[in-house]
Amino acid sequence: MEYFLQQLINGLTLGSIYGLIAIGYTMVYGIIGMINFAHGDIFMIGAFISLIAFLILMSLGLTFIPLALLIVLIVAMVVTSAYGWTVERLAYRPLRESFRLAPLITAIGMSIFLQNYVQIAQGARVKPLQPVITGGYTIMEKNGFTVQISNIQILIMVLTVALMAVFSWIIAKTPLGRAQRACEQDRVMASLLGVNVDRTISLTFVIGAALAAVAGLMFLLYYGVIDFYIGFIAGIKAFTAAVLGGIGSLPGAMLGGLIIGLIETFWSAYFTIEYKDVAAFSMLAIVLIFLPSGLLGKPEVEKV
Amino acid sequence: MTDATRETPPASGGKLAEAVRESAMAALLAFVLTSLMLGVRTVDAPGGLGLQYRWHLVIGAMAVVFVGRLLLKLFWWKEDGGAPAAVGAASGRFAALTEPLRKFAAPALVVFAFVLPFLPIADRQIIDIGILVLTYVLLGWGLNVVVGLAGLLDLGYVAFYAVGAYSYALLATHFGLSFWTVLPLAGILAAMWGMILGFPVLRLRGDYLAIVTLAFGEIIRVVLLNWVEVTKGPDGISGIPRPTFFGLEFKRFGENTFHSFFGIEYSSMHRIIFLYYIILVLAMITNYVTMRLRRLPVGRAWEAMREDEIACRALGINTTNTKLTAFAIGAFFGGLGGSFFATRQGFISPESFTFIESAIILAIVVLGGMGSQFGVAVAAIAMIGGFELLRNMDWVKGFVESTFGIENFDPNEYRMLIFGLLMVVIMVWKPRGFVGTRMPTIFLGRERKAISGDLVKEGEG
Repeated sequence: MEYFLQQLINGLTLGSIYGLIAIGYTMVYGIIGMINFAHGDIFMIGAFISLIAFLILMSLGLTFIPLALLIVLIVAMVVTSAYGWTVERLAYRPLRESFRLAPLITAIGMSIFLQNYVQIAQGARVKPLQPVITGGYTIMEKNGFTVQISNIQILIMVLTVALMAVFSWIIAKTPLGRAQRACEQDRVMASLLGVNVDRTISLTFVIGAALAAVAGLMFLLYYGVIDFYIGFIAGIKAFTAAVLGGIGSLPGAMLGGLIIGLIETFWSAYFTIEYKDVAAFSMLAIVLIFLPSGLLGKPEVEKV
Repeated sequence: MTDATRETPPASGGKLAEAVRESAMAALLAFVLTSLMLGVRTVDAPGGLGLQYRWHLVIGAMAVVFVGRLLLKLFWWKEDGGAPAAVGAASGRFAALTEPLRKFAAPALVVFAFVLPFLPIADRQIIDIGILVLTYVLLGWGLNVVVGLAGLLDLGYVAFYAVGAYSYALLATHFGLSFWTVLPLAGILAAMWGMILGFPVLRLRGDYLAIVTLAFGEIIRVVLLNWVEVTKGPDGISGIPRPTFFGLEFKRFGENTFHSFFGIEYSSMHRIIFLYYIILVLAMITNYVTMRLRRLPVGRAWEAMREDEIACRALGINTTNTKLTAFAIGAFFGGLGGSFFATRQGFISPESFTFIESAIILAIVVLGGMGSQFGVAVAAIAMIGGFELLRNMDWVKGFVESTFGIENFDPNEYRMLIFGLLMVVIMVWKPRGFVGTRMPTIFLGRERKAISGDLVKEGEG
């Protein structure tokens, strides 16, 4: 029971990170109907920018950690958003009217490009970072087994919930959110009614990238080690989360992320850790085959 | 930012000022993008990570973006068509000029491939590169069946390559079967895996299919890595037997050797040249089979499905079977390539079957024009052979190291970077490929209407 509780906490933390990435997939899919294959790499870039920004601040002598993390968060969000915006502008927008596989292929190209760009710019070695946020609370102690929740886990969950609340509000209440939902339903009609479709789509990518940057920072702080390849696996898992929750649905992405995080953690805890990726990938196939519209999604109508 | 400015009327100050302003914005964006990523490098240092500042790279990137954008704005993006129209017309004239030559290009390439080992330039290095290139030509043609003809994006093609390689390696090391026995068997096993993996997912739409095949490719790799009892895990399988020439081995000593049977001097080149011909013949078989299949009903169904799946279904084509055959045949060729890879290397490990390998093959197919056999071959030669040659040229290395100040320059490190970039550029600029164009194999009546390509916008393609 204690072991279970501990794994539950770990799984929810991991799931929060996946959820944040999954939001980027789900929003982009909702608005232009494509899988932004490069989104996982945007997350990876977010983690790298966070690391570099943090190291620069440290070398400048900023030792007050909360302030440093706040600055890092803002810098990472801004720079990563710029990447998201640029990727959309260069690789996806010119292909919006092209045949269906075209943007997917450019997305794969972009993903390969970004991975190798970071590999060349920063080297292929893993980048370690000593723990920044330490400490935690013991929830219960029984039979010599302690259930702990660390401060970083609390931070990740609280931040995720807060960001979810903010972005749900943006989608539901602001003019931007209204424009997004309009574009989602009918792009041509939305543009006829004065919605700037290009701008709305760009902003969707910016928001997705900013959330991926937050996820990147969280990943860096939680695991303390990153490399140029983290975006690939995390990207597929987050995509699985988005599909599981129902692609296009914001709460669905979060729910899917949590489920995937829990599945992965419990699989590692109770079965074999080597096959945890297989568990997540099989989940993807199973969900797509048996539940293609996801838990909270709308069934897709095929139009001729 | 800069995206909106292309539509807005030029401000007072004329075109040049407008272009400069826009380019400055682009350079600013480049600064944001590169400042932390390129400008600061994290290096291993005692007690954590150290930082190394490289501002010259950031300034260089900004300059390139500024000048590039300025030139594009002034000479390329013009309302009257400008340079793109001129280039388009020029390339059209060039195409018309070379039209009579074009039908000789493919046969000439085949003849060249067959005589290559006997040309004076052919040293061991060239033949080795030739083998590598031909392996990718084979794989490219195999994937071309799936992606180019049937229009199914398969991101896990390397799984079938792995199945072929491991089939041969395991059957040969455990049961002593020869390469020639296992070769068709490996193909069939790979095809079966293609069907097993394909069957549940083929009802999925194009982009979902892509991501599921990717997941399957990764699953197979993870299984190979962790199923240590059978695959020896990360250590891989070594001592895979070499192929024989009708039972004659390519060894210096022993009975039944190639050189003693023919009474010639032993040379290690014999084996290399033999391998070269094996892969050449395999590739040629792949090509021939594909060309014939395209004329069969199933091949026509593939092309029809690529152009419009819904119309296909409406016409009574069983799309599941059609997809499944494409998957299985593509996987079959992948399996052949895999067992050749195993016998050539003599050693295989899961390292060789990562997603990057799938991506390289896919890039070759995309650059070749998705559907054009000739295009795929040319793309493989250019992308694989070109980089191998580049790596072996010392003056390139010296030039780059002295000009850009990069230490230990290795072109292969930049290969995937350029592959990725080219995939984007090709898709944006010439979505139907650089080298070839994909035209349906048959047409109704005599005239070749361009029904493929540009007119089909919303197809499943």
